[in-house]
Amino acid sequence: MSFPGANNTPFYPVDGVSFSLQRGETLALVGESGSGKSLTSLALLQLVPAPGRIEPGSSITLGDTDVVALKGESLRRIRGRRIGMIFQDPMTSLNPVFTVESQITEGILAHFRISKAEARDRALHLLQEVGIPDPAERLKAYPHQLSGGMRQRVMIAIALSAEPEILVADEPTTALDVTVQAQILEVLDELRSRRGMAVLLITHDLGIVAGRADRVAVMYAGQIVEEAPTPQLFAKPSHPYTQGLFASVPRITGPLQRLNPIRGTVPAASGWPSGCRFRPRCPKAFDRSEVELPLIPVGPDHSMRCWLAEEPKTMVIAQQLPGDART
Amino acid sequence: MKAEDSLLEVRDLVKHYKSGGLFGRTGPVVRAVEGVSFSVGRGETLGLVGESGCGKSSVGRTILRLQEPTSGKALYEGVDIFELDRTSLRQLRRRMQIIFQDPYSSLNPRMSIGAAIAEGLEIHRLATKAEIPGRVAALLEEVGLDPTYARRYPHEFSGGQRQRIGIARALAVQPSFIVCDEPVSALDVSVQAQVLNLLSDLQRQRGLSYLFIAHDLAVVRQIAHRIAVMYLGRIVEEGPTDQLLADPRHPYTVALLSAVPEPDPTARKNRIVLSGDLPSPSNPPPGCPFHTRCFHPLKSTRCSTEVPLLRPISGTVAACHYAESTPRVEEVDTASVP
Repeated sequence: MSFPGANNTPFYPVDGVSFSLQRGETLALVGESGSGKSLTSLALLQLVPAPGRIEPGSSITLGDTDVVALKGESLRRIRGRRIGMIFQDPMTSLNPVFTVESQITEGILAHFRISKAEARDRALHLLQEVGIPDPAERLKAYPHQLSGGMRQRVMIAIALSAEPEILVADEPTTALDVTVQAQILEVLDELRSRRGMAVLLITHDLGIVAGRADRVAVMYAGQIVEEAPTPQLFAKPSHPYTQGLFASVPRITGPLQRLNPIRGTVPAASGWPSGCRFRPRCPKAFDRSEVELPLIPVGPDHSMRCWLAEEPKTMVIAQQLPGDART
Repeated sequence: MKAEDSLLEVRDLVKHYKSGGLFGRTGPVVRAVEGVSFSVGRGETLGLVGESGCGKSSVGRTILRLQEPTSGKALYEGVDIFELDRTSLRQLRRRMQIIFQDPYSSLNPRMSIGAAIAEGLEIHRLATKAEIPGRVAALLEEVGLDPTYARRYPHEFSGGQRQRIGIARALAVQPSFIVCDEPVSALDVSVQAQVLNLLSDLQRQRGLSYLFIAHDLAVVRQIAHRIAVMYLGRIVEEGPTDQLLADPRHPYTVALLSAVPEPDPTARKNRIVLSGDLPSPSNPPPGCPFHTRCFHPLKSTRCSTEVPLLRPISGTVAACHYAESTPRVEEVDTASVP
């Protein structure tokens, strides 16, 4: 994906990202801000904000459909209908001047040939499904009358209204309190298993990934740098960036250690470093890091974008400083 | 801790907001803080934890008198902050500083960060004009920024760098107490870890005391010596960090702890999913504020009629009538959660 930059040099905030998503599977796309994870998810629905564009040669296939080639009416039949989407902040995605009912039925009426009364019944049913108490009352409510958790449930109901095959959830619980976050994640999990939906979960929070995703792809500087089934990735994070992320996360259990953060900051998309993009911040960078590289297998279904994959003897587990962090 | 060891002692703090009705009519009173007491020792961090709307930020702002309290006392080195006149309050603000979640909104976009950091030095006449550039450079270095950044403007910095600027600005007046109001919530994990380490280091080097307000228990664990958990305007449990996390006695603490997403897929812990939302602070439930969502097996009519007081249980103080028999996370029958 490219955006025009200064002096007519385009930059590539998403640069050669490939993944697949199976029916009923949850794939987590993990990364910090600026990694390109959200733009990647927007590309799936051709929602890349202008003047950005998907570069020729990119392909996104949904079943037998080439999504990148779609335009107009055929694109609308994908958006919402086959791929649904929920965002971090439900308040900005909900229209403040329409009731919950009209916002849920809008999608249903657009995608299915049914009567208004039937659409209302479905909306009622959806609210029940996402665990909203007193759904008949809530249908008449306006977004500002609902709590943050309730709004996110309404968003999920809207996204589900057209029975999509894939749900893209972009930081769905980041704005919510932990106890509400737990509720929403529970709802998403239930819906996935009941409906056999695939979920693409975009998040920065490794804690959320641990309990929910089947596979994880870690993004850094517009690329996937490590991909593995969740248990493998957590048991043996291999890319120095992934290891750095793990060493940065405060834990609620286990011995208390001083955090060992990655030094420096995420580079800007207008100036990705050459070679391995993590090289300037990497504690293990070596001469080969200056050479650009693909994802290299490190185990079954497990690959990473680091030359160390070919030099297993030099692999070191992320160092953690001993001692109590509190003084 | 004995009272004389504490730097800050807060007693029965109450903060109510009148919610604005239309045309001068008054709406319901929002009971943001309902009688909160705690103390913070020298060089100590007290973590104040709770979900949005629990009143934790109101506590932080009120003790700095960024908002006036409804009632209560806040003693700083024995002097009641709420009784101070303007002049003495200004002197006190040199000792007590605050850093916010979003440092960007607290920085003037048209003021270079050097000038922003120097502001406190000038107001409190802590340095001569000639000394100021050197002091600003030293502060920038102390928070891990390049001293030459002093000439730059806030928009040129990343979120983590801005938080460092916010910290440098607070440190400029050599405070002994800093209210940290969700200082790392908006930051990416790797940057969050950098800022947490910085705050720990500064505490050690300068002997600072922190009131560290946050919603994330794992973050608070990293920095706090003691933790106070708030729910609907009240502290429901308080104790030394290790004790409170290892053996929470209030059911809300148990639920909060079980909801923390642990980055470990093998940790198959019992997730207690509380139903419903936080009740409105303008219409809190009678009795124990948590009884409407409580899963304690002994929950009784006493819970909905009588407000439980904080009392010492094993290692922590907790406000639950049945704190002695509060189940541990793994013992909770998740099916029984209302």
